[in-house]
Amino acid sequence: MASTLISVGPRRFRIGSEWSGLIAEINSLYRSYPKAEEGPAHYSVRMESEGLLRRFIRPQVAIRGDYTVPDALPLPRPQGLLASEMAMNLQVAMGERQYLLLHAATVERDGRAIILTGESGSGKSTMAALLMTRGWRLLGDEFALLDPATGLLSPFPRPISLKNESIATLAKLASESRFGPWMRNTPKGDIRHLIPDGASLDRMNEMAVPALILFPAFGHAAEARPVGDGEAFVRLTQASTNYTMLGETGFEALTRLVTHLPAQAIDYPDTETGIAMVESAWGDLVP
Amino acid sequence: MTQKRFAAPPVELLIARPLDGLVALYHRPSGQTHVVASPAPEIIEALQSGGSMTAGELLVALGLNEGGELLAARLSELLAAGLIEAQ
Repeated sequence: MASTLISVGPRRFRIGSEWSGLIAEINSLYRSYPKAEEGPAHYSVRMESEGLLRRFIRPQVAIRGDYTVPDALPLPRPQGLLASEMAMNLQVAMGERQYLLLHAATVERDGRAIILTGESGSGKSTMAALLMTRGWRLLGDEFALLDPATGLLSPFPRPISLKNESIATLAKLASESRFGPWMRNTPKGDIRHLIPDGASLDRMNEMAVPALILFPAFGHAAEARPVGDGEAFVRLTQASTNYTMLGETGFEALTRLVTHLPAQAIDYPDTETGIAMVESAWGDLVP
Repeated sequence: MTQKRFAAPPVELLIARPLDGLVALYHRPSGQTHVVASPAPEIIEALQSGGSMTAGELLVALGLNEGGELLAARLSELLAAGLIEAQ
């Protein structure tokens, strides 16, 4: 079995597969990342076929590893890279016990971070990618990892999973060499990964202080409204994958976060307007 | 017939954090989180500081002359949520 060791921020992943070609694709996607130091991995993932036939005939990739979802459907082999990214996310979503996890993109400037949280389709990945092209450091496009002990955010800057129209939007702003291969007709549409920029990768172990919570929603007339502590708290418990598991630690971390940070809901009709609204909210905070 | 008396868990078992206008409660025994609006936090606080009370005594403790029906509705919600108990 072929395998590779990948570091994303302070987390090390051992990824193994019976397809050496898939491991080569993963290594290529992570080619700009600082090389992982040898040592035990925090998480192990294996990308396997569901049986000998499925290895060769219309091959499919199934996720195995420390944490798995029993009813997860395997993906066609050409979407193996997507499966490996999903597997890495799954390990973090289910395995991180030290941090409160929120489904959110996070970007940082001058040591202070914005948490952009929303459902799939809210545009948080696209926004994070666009903000990165405008000088923000990417901490991650999928999870905000809040350390309850310090209140700081731990980075998890995986390649950004761009979907459908946002691929063309970012292709105008980032060079072709920063993109992973096309994956067409996946369950989430067409996907291409955008490799984070050098500044984000050089500082991928640096924590950041959260300073602003935003709730973006794509496809609505432009409107920004302040979100009260209570609403922010409820929405963030819903956006968390492990709030219940953390118990009182999660409760204290989240109440502290919402009472110390301003929060805003941002409805936006297009990405350009959305980015202007994010930077305006930031400007109100940091004159 | 004796009147029902209501009681709330002590403050160390029910952690309260104000969230501008609302209050987040963490119930240690069950590990559940609740977000409540006035007058629920005031009812719980009155029961915590004054011990178990009947609905009538609670009205007085809250400084209310009327509103028995509204109070009864809130008490039944808090009972259903497991945040207070009836004795």
